[in-house]
Amino acid sequence: MAEQTMVEGSMPAVAGAPRAPAAPLVGIAVIVLVLALVPTAAQALGNPFLIKIATRIVIFSIAAVALNLVLGFGNLVSLAHAGLFGIGGYVLGIAAAQVDGEVSTMLLPATGELAILLPLAMVIAGLAAAAMGVVALRTSGAYFIMITLAFNQMLYYVFVALQQFGGEDGLQITASLTLFGRSASARVPFYYGCVAALAVVLVAMQRLVGSRFGVVLRAAAQNERRLTAIGIPPLAYKLAAFALSGALAGLAGALLAASQDFISPSDMSWVRSGDLVVMCVLGGMAYVTGPVIGACAFLVLEFVLSGWSVHWQLAFGGFIIAVVVTLRGGLMDLLRMATPGGRAP
Amino acid sequence: MTTALLIEQGLNGLQLGVQLFLMAAGLTLVFGIMNMINLTHGSLFMVGAFLAATVLAKTGSFALALVVAVPATAAAGLVLEAVVLRRFYSRGHLDQVLVTFGLIMVINELTRMMWGPVPVPMPVPQLLSGAVTVYPGITYPSFRLAILGVGLLVAAGLYVVVVHTRVGMWVRAGASDRAIASAMGVNVSLVFSLVFAAGAALAGLAGIMAGPISAVQVGMGEPVLILALVVTVIGGIGSIKGALIAALLIGLADTFGRVLLPPALGSMIIFMMMAAILAWRPRGLFPVHG
Repeated sequence: MAEQTMVEGSMPAVAGAPRAPAAPLVGIAVIVLVLALVPTAAQALGNPFLIKIATRIVIFSIAAVALNLVLGFGNLVSLAHAGLFGIGGYVLGIAAAQVDGEVSTMLLPATGELAILLPLAMVIAGLAAAAMGVVALRTSGAYFIMITLAFNQMLYYVFVALQQFGGEDGLQITASLTLFGRSASARVPFYYGCVAALAVVLVAMQRLVGSRFGVVLRAAAQNERRLTAIGIPPLAYKLAAFALSGALAGLAGALLAASQDFISPSDMSWVRSGDLVVMCVLGGMAYVTGPVIGACAFLVLEFVLSGWSVHWQLAFGGFIIAVVVTLRGGLMDLLRMATPGGRAP
Repeated sequence: MTTALLIEQGLNGLQLGVQLFLMAAGLTLVFGIMNMINLTHGSLFMVGAFLAATVLAKTGSFALALVVAVPATAAAGLVLEAVVLRRFYSRGHLDQVLVTFGLIMVINELTRMMWGPVPVPMPVPQLLSGAVTVYPGITYPSFRLAILGVGLLVAAGLYVVVVHTRVGMWVRAGASDRAIASAMGVNVSLVFSLVFAAGAALAGLAGIMAGPISAVQVGMGEPVLILALVVTVIGGIGSIKGALIAALLIGLADTFGRVLLPPALGSMIIFMMMAAILAWRPRGLFPVHG
């Protein structure tokens, strides 16, 4: 219990997980249920476009939840996650493009089967994250932020330079994608699949941050020296978390590529990495479900503002600044204070 | 590789290097003294270029453009520091990254509203539009040589100020230990405003000189910002000497990498270099903080 008492009670990052194991699962169930009702609502409203934006929200939720493992629980501000997200997207894109013989590599299978491609995208993005982590995690604080930013741009420029995969224009996926042999191109079933993936990721993440691994990760975020002193090597845990986080970002990237039949370097620019960090902070980094709320708010606001004015980025930038200045605990804190029986953390 | 190519690309590399140094000098000192990650440094680069392009279009004088735009960029930097950034010195790095990320969006959009989405033309000044023979049979554009010359002069000037003057001593004291420097009677907040203004002026100068050889457009600052961050990290945060050496190293490596290697590998080379150097020395080549 020594680790537990050390972690308890000092930082907001601790407030969420281990105290009441049932409550977070209820939160996850509510989120998944609401998301699962979107296709029905879209049909009732006669607005199929709703599903398109909801798919995007679910996919970016997975990426933001992945980032939050290292950001919210490990206190590691990574700006490399759009790059890892892009790797996942390109693994799927390149493998699928090989089916028609448009491109060929020796490294990836020529298939459009998601049951093969999604795990493959996770493995490759996870390995890339581990390789970056070996260098970046030797440093800390500001160095870590700048190095992950630099690695993100390295990946971006590499895919811009790879002309055989479309270069700056991106890679169109023309092959039909399948899941266990059945076509995966219909919009509504694909959406349900994404929601199911998000549900699995959320439940697994909730269990992970409450486990011994999660406790060590959160302890490492607060005081590495103490952790080392009681005989636990922080680097190994941080590296494992970074690799896992990268693998899940890769999964999200592959799902995005599959949903839009397209992947391009602009999906992996450092601005996207910044967006993911904003989603986590906006929703509430202390909670596993926070980034989902953040991704919803972020993408809906982006959608509304961009429909309202061409100069929407002015308002959006101002909004981000306002969030940093005023909303320290994210939207989740507001929600908790608003619910009966909820308490201010 | 022929001698001609070697000389030409060598000059290109050095020229990119001094431009990166102008950007990295401000970044590394702002960082070293106030422990502040300032992503808006690239925006100041852009603002400098736009202001100069406007003055140049109105008056036709490149010299006047320099004289107006450099102090104006410094003033813009001071306003930015006083109005927003100052409030974030004591906050964590995450808040600093987010607030400057938001500011980049705001500044980019304001620039787009004022100058429009199309690149603003910025011709090379008449006096420097020719080429110079730098080696029998090899000519090199005068303007690029001028950039190299100005960059080296500024680097030398900065060295003298930082290493041999009282103000420079305050700056170094602030960078190596802010609390102790403050306790010894250095007005750290004044020094910081000075450093921020000077850093903004240098970023503006770099932007003005980059204007005629690249496009003056919204978002032009971000790629340069990323390279300058790489330079800062390799050199060691807070170290002017480290920034100069790392800037030249990155300038040369990037230029030769693009010429000699296949495109995908060439664009990776400086980041690989960064990874290798940091694996060897995690706090950069010339760490300032103990």
